[in-house]
Amino acid sequence: MTLDASELQTIEHDVLVIGAGGAGLRAAIECSAQGLSTGVVSKSLLGKAHTVMAEGGMAAAMGNVDARDNWKIHFRDTMRGGKFLNVWRMAELHAKQAPERVRELEEWGAVFDRTKDGLISQRNFGGHRYPRLAHVGDRTGLELIRSLQDHGVHQGISFHMECTALELLKDGDRVAGVLCYWRETGRFVVFKTKAAILATGGGGKAWKITSNSWEYTGDGLAMAYEAGAELMDMEFTQFHPTGMVWPPSVRGTLVTEGVRGDGGVLKNSNNDRFMFKYIPEKFAAETANTIEEAERWLNGDKNARRPPELLTRDEVARSITAEIKAGRGSPHGGVFLDIASRRPADFIKRKLPSMYHQFKELAEVDITKEPMEVGPTLHYFMGGVRVDADSQMSTVPGLFAAGECAAGLHGANRLGGNSLSDLIVFGKLSGSGAAAYVRGLSATPQVRNDQVLAGVRRATDILRRESGTNPYLLHEKLTETMQANVGIVRVKDELEKAIEDLESLKKEAETMKAPGASQYNPGWHEALSMQSLLITSEVVTRAALTREESRGAHTRNDFPGEREEWLQYNVIIKKGARGMEVEKRKRPDPPPKLKEIAHAKIEDLESGKVGADYE
Amino acid sequence: MSKRTFRVWRGDNNGGTFRTYEVEVDPGMVVLDVLHRIQANDANDLALRWNCKAGKCGSCSMEINGKPKLSCMTRMNIFAPDETITVQPLKTFPVIKDLVTDVSWNYEQNKRIPKFKPRPREADGTHRMYQEDVDRVQEFRKCIECYLCQDTCHVLRDRSRNDAFVGPRFMIRLASLEMHPLDDDDRIPEIRKEFGSGLCNITRCCTEVCPEHINITDNGIIPLKERVVDRYFDPVAIIGRKLLGIRRRTKSRAEGK
Repeated sequence: MTLDASELQTIEHDVLVIGAGGAGLRAAIECSAQGLSTGVVSKSLLGKAHTVMAEGGMAAAMGNVDARDNWKIHFRDTMRGGKFLNVWRMAELHAKQAPERVRELEEWGAVFDRTKDGLISQRNFGGHRYPRLAHVGDRTGLELIRSLQDHGVHQGISFHMECTALELLKDGDRVAGVLCYWRETGRFVVFKTKAAILATGGGGKAWKITSNSWEYTGDGLAMAYEAGAELMDMEFTQFHPTGMVWPPSVRGTLVTEGVRGDGGVLKNSNNDRFMFKYIPEKFAAETANTIEEAERWLNGDKNARRPPELLTRDEVARSITAEIKAGRGSPHGGVFLDIASRRPADFIKRKLPSMYHQFKELAEVDITKEPMEVGPTLHYFMGGVRVDADSQMSTVPGLFAAGECAAGLHGANRLGGNSLSDLIVFGKLSGSGAAAYVRGLSATPQVRNDQVLAGVRRATDILRRESGTNPYLLHEKLTETMQANVGIVRVKDELEKAIEDLESLKKEAETMKAPGASQYNPGWHEALSMQSLLITSEVVTRAALTREESRGAHTRNDFPGEREEWLQYNVIIKKGARGMEVEKRKRPDPPPKLKEIAHAKIEDLESGKVGADYE
Repeated sequence: MSKRTFRVWRGDNNGGTFRTYEVEVDPGMVVLDVLHRIQANDANDLALRWNCKAGKCGSCSMEINGKPKLSCMTRMNIFAPDETITVQPLKTFPVIKDLVTDVSWNYEQNKRIPKFKPRPREADGTHRMYQEDVDRVQEFRKCIECYLCQDTCHVLRDRSRNDAFVGPRFMIRLASLEMHPLDDDDRIPEIRKEFGSGLCNITRCCTEVCPEHINITDNGIIPLKERVVDRYFDPVAIIGRKLLGIRRRTKSRAEGK
């Protein structure tokens, strides 16, 4: 069969945003506001992206519930949560700009829960010193996505739904377009575009137990990698401490941290609140060490310290894993999360309605009467495309990234609530970054037909083959090795085993076969996303093998504890002439003022003894 | 584990037929899990939509034994042990393939609704609203756009009046704007004339199928109908309009042009 690129459908935009979650929609709104012709492609229908599942809230130091809060404390919490590996400038921009981005959502129709004074209410969450998460019950992500969607459809943005991006097209080293296909017809489309913004999220679907949906196959990470961009901090994959563990078909589905923020506690099979045993040294000064003090905090005593159930996610996930391993787990291999005995039923139903609904319908558990069973689930990638903090541009000119698929803000571990605020802060910044880039271009980059045709051929080979590997079964094999060998606690031998497995899976993937035609064919879609998943999995595994220490979400059994030396480095991976190039790259020195604020004692920061001269 | 019989509609907009699959079902499974098992083992190209698998995104809508449902929230243990489970696409929308329908009409309706128009912020830069004033709107904003209400609505399903009525989903979207404490826009003439509030005959079928348990009819559509009646048919308002010149808009913006 001979292909002619001129017969392919072509659509032109100044900017193409890939992904229609919070970051993608916010980026598109900004591009459009700056007068660019803006397109958005999304694998699903509009409004269904993974953002919709975010539950707890978005972190912004508005100080509506506790007036002592401000951006510096939010910044300090973020850096400490990220074990100081965060990109300093990103953590600063995020903490400073999040409040205005939240207020802007209200301007676009979002209806947050209110304080008694009629302001946006804020709830407690792990690692945040003060109640900081603007929220709507436990369906904040839905509110975010719907507000952006309903605002965005009036902004002149072109939405191309159920359209999957396959490959970034380049003119020399610059972005010139994106090759995509329509899921409905299986036909290909070439977007000619001066800039592309990746807002594609992470790659949790490489693991067996994950809170992620089918869309999370690392497409943006793999496309950026293939285009020559650098990926950073990919060893840091967050295991959320509380996913459902039963029934098997929903294993991994998220249980919001809001349950603990609103008073829920973790217990083992002996009915002990075990988290008191696992308070790490560096958080000891700010964590309650008796049940009595934790209870006072819950009842609003501002002098009491926070309960250990609200330690950062990496700490809680490891503690739960240790309890289960010690034989003190729940019947289905988790631990107990109890809010039933802590709060009245009407409170639970009002503040956590979708948790109530989810457990009632899927597990036949009434969370107002009995405890939930929960365990760690792969939830989030801290790492991603390395970008400039202010413009969000990658090392490939014209290629931008925002949200989960970008690296930097969260360092080695993300605080709950910092993801939704990440989306709106850096979504907007990537939009203005792309607009500035497009305005500065002297000529429109041109798409090369040979690159388009090669991409089309690679994709259609999967359909044309006589027989071959079943993509679903291949995916299952991938999740088995990643779950077993690149899990919450890692060790050299297992990581090497994973690399070995990945090599053989890559071979098998070369002969994947999707039966049927190209029209809305999930088997074919699955095969195409396997290619992204394999690249993503290999990057994570190689990065994990390289970092010989335990920091944040990356735990190495053979290298326990944080190593001072490793704080100086990021692991950077990019495509080289002979496969993946892994580099241990020295980090730039932190700006002195920011360093002082991040390391300050909380009393000194709050009294203004530190940081008062920096705004 | 037990073996269950599934009849799944396979085809496209040129027609199709039910195909039968015998599937092993594990405890705790929902219908979507079974469909995924069929897809992985027997029919790689079986088309269906899904995302969150927890009733939060509204993607996996279909008709299960004749009832519009989210397949991710339909547990297998609600069926009798030997019951055959029949799965077909939403009837109100054109089929694309298998269980996937073309719901783009809904996105067009959403675009027709004028956007939120907030009053100015207060002097301190905030908007003040009280929880009791937003409770009602928050109920409508729980909508996950699964379109089960659109699928079951008689006006759309049986009378095909999608030319005149936006359907329950967008009536509650309109209600969420009309009752939003910050929204300054007057939406009543459009609700009647452009979006067709009068076509709903309050059978409450939409409310029954809503997986978010939004009281679409009683809390959303009926209050909108009452506001329309107040504007157009309330004798006091008519006198006010005719004798005292108190004018509230009765023509839609499209009519005014």
